Amino acid sequence: MSEKIIDVRNVSKWYGAFRVLTDVNLTVEKGERIVICGPSGSGKSTLIRCFNRLEAHQQGDIVVNGITLHDRMRDVAEVRKNVGMVFQHFNLFPHMTVLMNCMVGPMWIKGVPEAEARKTALKFLERVRIPEQANKYPVQLSGGQQQRVAIARSLCMQPAVMLFDEPTSALDPEMVSEVLETMTSLAREGMTMVCVTHEMAFARAVADRVIFMNAGQIIEQGKPDDFFGNPQHERTKLFLSQILKH
Amino acid sequence: MLYPDTVESEVLVHKPWFVATLFVLVFAVFLAFDLTGTSMGELMRPVIGAPAESGFYGRFAIGLVIAVLFCLNIVLIGFASLRVQVTIVWFELLLLFLAFFTTFNLSLPFIAEKLPFMITQGLFTTIYVSAISIAIASIIAILGAVAKLSTNGFAYAIASFYTSFFRGLPLLMQVYLIYLGLPQLGFIIDAVPAGILALSLCYGAYMTEIFRSGIQSIDRGQWEASRSIGFGFGLTMRKIILPQALPVIIPPTGNQFISMLKDSSLVSVIGVWELMFLARTLGQKTFQHMEMLISAAMLYWVVSICLELIQSRIERHYARSKVR
Ligand SMILES: Nc1ncnc2c1ncn2[C@@H]1O[C@H](COP(=O)(O)OP(=O)(O)O)[C@@H](O)[C@H]1O
Ligand SMILES: [Mg+2]
Repeated sequence: MSEKIIDVRNVSKWYGAFRVLTDVNLTVEKGERIVICGPSGSGKSTLIRCFNRLEAHQQGDIVVNGITLHDRMRDVAEVRKNVGMVFQHFNLFPHMTVLMNCMVGPMWIKGVPEAEARKTALKFLERVRIPEQANKYPVQLSGGQQQRVAIARSLCMQPAVMLFDEPTSALDPEMVSEVLETMTSLAREGMTMVCVTHEMAFARAVADRVIFMNAGQIIEQGKPDDFFGNPQHERTKLFLSQILKH
Repeated sequence: MLYPDTVESEVLVHKPWFVATLFVLVFAVFLAFDLTGTSMGELMRPVIGAPAESGFYGRFAIGLVIAVLFCLNIVLIGFASLRVQVTIVWFELLLLFLAFFTTFNLSLPFIAEKLPFMITQGLFTTIYVSAISIAIASIIAILGAVAKLSTNGFAYAIASFYTSFFRGLPLLMQVYLIYLGLPQLGFIIDAVPAGILALSLCYGAYMTEIFRSGIQSIDRGQWEASRSIGFGFGLTMRKIILPQALPVIIPPTGNQFISMLKDSSLVSVIGVWELMFLARTLGQKTFQHMEMLISAAMLYWVVSICLELIQSRIERHYARSKVR
């Protein structure tokens, strides 16, 4: 039996008169790995930011981990502590050490004692393979290391699902692979993941489903083999040809 | 520090043309002023004879000596390391300043007699009025900054009205308005609380703007990361945004502290016995205004220097997470 972690039904969103999302339907089941791709400005970021309510949607329903997101929510934190998010620009807290970056979430949100939070943090820093940087400040790390810390910071909250918004787009080329490797190993361990990314090799290797968005709509989705081997939509073909040219 | 380029260039004060120009300028200035009647003239007595009768020769000799000493001093300082340079120049400027004060023929016994009272009563009052005001102003500033950045119309309107009003009126007028105006409404208010209220409100308005721009300087991504972990508004503000905004906020706030210290002298007009009030009244009976004014000036300066030192310590503390 499968369990829905994210359930999106007929969701639309407007910025003023501009419709960013149009009737989006999507379910993410426990343990599923989903890659979302599409041209710039197609609403990918907006969509996944709706999943932890960094953005509000105006129409339709979004249910995350059994909690319905709506305008009159009292406790968004309840949703957010179960949804990890990794940003394009890492957004580590620069005034805290790497270790503290990973400890504050569990300590302040879940009331975990400091010693235990430290243990968890070190465990996940180990897992992203940078335990030796624990006492440095974020600026002292390379981009790839910072992004891995950001992943560890999210993992420390033991989320039910991880959202990635172009986690490798701001990185120098030689650092992309270390972050992708971390994400791949995470996927192998069964983490539920939604990744916005243009790393097609990663999508092929890891994704259960690839979703293509254009102008605020999901216009095509499928298993990676079908999606890349036999795209149906003209827009998808064009996009893939442009991406794969490089 | 400005950006230090690696290109070597000769020290300015070691360039012949620069030193020569300075020499000529200093020499010309001291030829123009007749210093034969001062202690400088006395010092030169072995060379120029009786200073009063030395005439142009005296002036020429004094100017020459000063110009030579000055240039020599500058060239020598040019060889020292940065730290030593700063210390020496500070020290020399201070000496010049003291030399300037000695020309007033101040009565030192009178200063020594009044100084303890100026410190225990005047300086003490000045410091505690400023300290309380700055504390209240900081609280107002945080609230004001949050209100000004909020999407709540009432909060924004009240905060912007407040900053506009209190930044727009002279502080002296605010002091009078509060001390004389509030009793009209039935609140009888003492001079000290009135002064504190006026200073807090005025500086709170300025600091609201400082805090607002500090908070705004923090990248949106920090808010998003913090909120996406599940931190609420208060936690995000206290633990994520404000600590990062502090390095931006502290230098102008340090300015405000120092400026507040001296603006607290304005409450002397409503009869608070702080430093400025004493400086004006203590010397009145014996017409020794200069003594008291200069003593008070020095006291203000000493406390300001302490504040400057504290500020630079705090700035260094917050520089930690910036260095590579
Ligand atoms: N805060 C905003 N206000 C107005 N328009 C926005 C805002 N954020 C994003 N948009 C617009 O919404 C569209 C989708 O943006 P986004 O979700 O960031 O696209 P993607 O991540 O796919 O590149 C873009 O056209 C963008 O200009
Ligand atoms: Mg995007």
